[in-house]
Amino acid sequence: MIEFIAQPWPWYVSGFLLGLTIPLLLLAGNKQLSISSNLRHICAMLMPAKISYFDYNWKKESWNLFLLAGTFAGAWCAHVYFRSIIGVGPATYKQLQRLGVKNINGLAPSDIFSWQGLYTLRGFIMIVVGGFLIGFGIRYAKGCTSSHGLAGLSLLRLESLIAVAGFFTGGLIMTHLILPYILAIEY
Amino acid sequence: MKNLKFFFIGLYFGIVLTKTEMISWFRIQEMLHFHSMHIYGVIGTAVLTGIVSVFIISAADLKTWNKEKIRFPDKQSYKGLFPGGVIFGLGWSLTGADPAAMVALLGNGIWVMLVGLFSAIVGTFVYSTLRNKLP
Repeated sequence: MIEFIAQPWPWYVSGFLLGLTIPLLLLAGNKQLSISSNLRHICAMLMPAKISYFDYNWKKESWNLFLLAGTFAGAWCAHVYFRSIIGVGPATYKQLQRLGVKNINGLAPSDIFSWQGLYTLRGFIMIVVGGFLIGFGIRYAKGCTSSHGLAGLSLLRLESLIAVAGFFTGGLIMTHLILPYILAIEY
Repeated sequence: MKNLKFFFIGLYFGIVLTKTEMISWFRIQEMLHFHSMHIYGVIGTAVLTGIVSVFIISAADLKTWNKEKIRFPDKQSYKGLFPGGVIFGLGWSLTGADPAAMVALLGNGIWVMLVGLFSAIVGTFVYSTLRNKLP
């Protein structure tokens, strides 16, 4: 059983199982998938002063924090018990190496996404600036890849399609026009 | 503990999300370079599954666990969807992760993503202070 789960899953299997999260949440209690809303809930939780954007009863949304904790635990299970080699094709590896990525193993290049990497300018830009843009953009667009890309598109919402078009526009601009210069930074 | 069931749905989501390989920085770059259709296939299948399940839930008038009627969320305003989406997309390519993937990466032992998540929370806070001045 464990070996069966541990092998790499074809996209139509993992995609189907990922999509089932939408009806699961609806049937479990009329909930919408939105992992990014937790950023707002955590802000509301920590905020001492009254700021209108965070002045709501976040305790009513605590189910989402349970979902978040479960996501962490599930990813940990997958890491420990169902570990499979995750890889991309040689074309991508070659291109990334040409751009200056040294370590091409695992889920993310460890020369950038590690504590040592964080203390380099390149790692700082990619982790800290990247994270900031995610948190800012996600609330401005009122949703992330899970809430717009999965939940919103499942309801055939035009607003989610506009947001997803924005996600890909931003992603393509970064990967093709800006990231090559950032990856070339050597300190 | 009525919220405990959401922990188990999260457990399922975390396992499946890791197995889709969407949390891999390399996969996100591969997708944005159009080198493989893997991630497009995952998203496409997931959305199709979502559309069909929502259709079945509406057509069969299924009820929730607590026998409530299924309610779908209200429409949102269009303000900020595209510009906000572009800003998110820039960060998505840099970190190779959306918030769900960041949390899943922590579970996969990439603890430095705690800094990315903290930075995302700061980004959300800064958005809240500029919210009324944005186009």
